[in-house]
Amino acid sequence: MTLMNLARAVVVGALLLTAPAVLWARTPGARTPGAQTQSTKPPAAQEGFVPVDQLPGQEELPAAPLVAAAYGVAWGAVLIYLYSIRKRLAAVEREMTDVARRIESAGRR
Amino acid sequence: MKRLFPVLLILCIGLFAYAPFLIVAAPYESTMGLVQKIFYFHVPTAIAMFTAAFTCGIASAIFLFARRPGADRVGLAAAELAVLFGLIVLISGPLWARKAWGVWWQWDARLTSTLVMWLVFQAYLLLRRFGGPGSEKLSAAVAIFGAALVPFVYWSVNMWRTVHPTTNVLPTLDASMRGPFLWCTAAFLGLFVLLLTARVELESRRARLDELYLALED
Repeated sequence: MTLMNLARAVVVGALLLTAPAVLWARTPGARTPGAQTQSTKPPAAQEGFVPVDQLPGQEELPAAPLVAAAYGVAWGAVLIYLYSIRKRLAAVEREMTDVARRIESAGRR
Repeated sequence: MKRLFPVLLILCIGLFAYAPFLIVAAPYESTMGLVQKIFYFHVPTAIAMFTAAFTCGIASAIFLFARRPGADRVGLAAAELAVLFGLIVLISGPLWARKAWGVWWQWDARLTSTLVMWLVFQAYLLLRRFGGPGSEKLSAAVAIFGAALVPFVYWSVNMWRTVHPTTNVLPTLDASMRGPFLWCTAAFLGLFVLLLTARVELESRRARLDELYLALED
């Protein structure tokens, strides 16, 4: 039983000792001494950035809907304003006709 | 002006009808691409907004110092147009900025001063609507301050560091882009004159209606 425990401890200890070495060996460029100096990795300060022309398609903001929205808003606002002028003019015209009729009927009396 | 109205209307329709062809044919700007096409509506509407603000300020000053009711009508009409064109500028600008700058809005000098100027003309209209008797004089004074903001808004990009392009862009514009830009500017200025004429006519009819009501009371 003690021998069994001893064997287990040796296996676990061996795994713990060798695991970092195995992981390090799997890292690209780790096996060759001086590999880091020869790689084309960007400087540390640029690691977090991706040039705009290398962005994946889904991350690029499409311009067409923005252009269409801008032109749509311009035309929408002008048309709504035109409609409001027309509506207000019609209301004033109606009121003028009504008041003129009342003045006329008051003059007859 | 009423005689010129149909001629100007036809001219304006022609200008706006041909504008899309010129805008599509204009070359893409090298860094911004398609989204730069907003420029052909954004800047002309800003010019129309400045024109409306100046018209409102000058008409209001004439009303205040020379007591001409006609000038007050022009001032009111121009204030509404300053708000209308300002709204287009303040919406089309962020749509362009979202793609070009990566943000919808920046509290920089140009954008903030434009918003403040737009709010001044909104204040003018609110004062006219809810100010009661005598609000014409008070709102005319507000309009003069609103018009005085125009040079500040225009020069803000040169005086302070902003993300917005400076006033150097238009004089150095490539000839292939200048043509469509001037075309659209002419179209929007024509539209400004048309809308101003229609809106002044509405105010003139309202003044006539008030006279009719007075005649009815007599």
